[in-house]
Amino acid sequence: MLLLTCPNCGVAADETELAPGGEAHLTRRGPGSDDASFESYLFHRRNPRGVHFERWRHAHGCGKWFHAARDTVTLEVYGTYPAQCAAPPREILDRIAAKHPGFDWEGGA
Amino acid sequence: MKRYSAFAIAREAARYHAGWQRAWASPAPKPHYDVIVVGAGGHGLATAYYLGKRFGITNVAVIEKGWLGGGNTGRNTTIIRSNYLQDPSAAIYEKSRALYETLSQDLNYNIMFSPRGVLMLAQTEHEIRGWKRTAQANALQGIPTEYIGPAEVRRIVPIINIDGPRYPVLGALWQPRGGTARHDAVAWGYARACSAMGMDILQKCEVTAIRQQGSRVTGVETTKGAIGCGKLAIVVAGHSGVLARMAGFRLPIESVALQALVSEPIKPVIDVVVMANTVHGYISQSDKGELVIGGGADGFNNYTQRGSFHHIEETVRALCETFPIITRLKMLRQWGGIVDMTGDRSPILSKTPLEGCFINCGWGTGGFKAIPGSGWAMAELVARGEPGPLAAPFGLDRFREGRFIDESVAAGVAH
Repeated sequence: MLLLTCPNCGVAADETELAPGGEAHLTRRGPGSDDASFESYLFHRRNPRGVHFERWRHAHGCGKWFHAARDTVTLEVYGTYPAQCAAPPREILDRIAAKHPGFDWEGGA
Repeated sequence: MKRYSAFAIAREAARYHAGWQRAWASPAPKPHYDVIVVGAGGHGLATAYYLGKRFGITNVAVIEKGWLGGGNTGRNTTIIRSNYLQDPSAAIYEKSRALYETLSQDLNYNIMFSPRGVLMLAQTEHEIRGWKRTAQANALQGIPTEYIGPAEVRRIVPIINIDGPRYPVLGALWQPRGGTARHDAVAWGYARACSAMGMDILQKCEVTAIRQQGSRVTGVETTKGAIGCGKLAIVVAGHSGVLARMAGFRLPIESVALQALVSEPIKPVIDVVVMANTVHGYISQSDKGELVIGGGADGFNNYTQRGSFHHIEETVRALCETFPIITRLKMLRQWGGIVDMTGDRSPILSKTPLEGCFINCGWGTGGFKAIPGSGWAMAELVARGEPGPLAAPFGLDRFREGRFIDESVAAGVAH
């Protein structure tokens, strides 16, 4: 059972209270983008076996979106942070690097 | 390979069963193969088998990081059907179902195909309309299915409760030639046939990198050393993203855990497969008497082969209402498999940006039924370098072109 702390309302929410929203930090492409980057934005995903930065919505709580850093193999949660962040906070990246030496965020897609 | 037959049983009975051979060999890797297939699940082994059988390509290795058939091939609910809505899906799934009919004879290995019939329940007005539409589409595609009313459902499945308060059974889509097969036997039968053709099945051999020269694949690095190849076929289901990353491209795929569970064995109560898509439960009875129950998929990326507990509760709750007779049944085991979901819930059989490298993935929640057809079409793609008519609509380029094969309804599992 997955527990995530919503950074908006502070509640430690069970996964049944949350709606998953897929990979975070994707650059939104719109009119004027070339086909390749639009395709990539819509469909291509990192889908990593390991650390995943992702979006969640506190659907049955405050209703707001937030981001989480989670391991897709162990389900360990490295932290949650507000959806307004364009990059994961340093402290979360440090926590991940402590578990996975040499880990670094690859940047948004 | 010695053939299995009634005569072979008599012969071995007369000599204390000392003469049975191992079903497949476990050789050391050769330095180079014409084709390497990554993934010794059903799809990978079927690809190798049809490469040999249809195209005479037998200098083939099938590489598996775990054990043969130990991924989703050994974890699914063994349902075989072809009642899909879109023409390209109907074509490849029906090819697959048709190959299953004679697969035991073809492989000389009893895969226990049981065309017992598949019922897909309509429990909402939308499902009634959806299944009627599918039945009409199937009639045009030449696939025998039929929309039936609740009384007929009751006749086929006497234990069903058709007037449940929350999930009444309003009708069903009935495919009489759908059914089940023994999942492990499918992998074992293909493996035995591949080994007999001289192919190498390399188990406990994990691919760690993909070797490239320019834009062309030249081999793989594995935990058993580097192995060269002319062509590479990636057929690894849930871990496709990991292999694609090694090959240097990204896929329109996300991996999630899909669950199933089985009950304690009981006397025969249900002799068809029943799928209830509204409530995300499906049920059939194995030859051992266990009820095999398929549940929901997690909504988040996940490689745990376990799945979230609340899906079990949802599935079992719904099935208890639909089949009141099973309310006091104990569940024996629960497990999860990592399924590879595409945006349109249809598979990918495609060339890739890396020359000589082909990928077969995205079967999502319904890969088992597709094993023979998928292998048939994939072998053609790998051997000729171009997709045949079955595989052509399932290329990676369909996402860029917006040419989706939308089966998000037919797949029938919580997404």
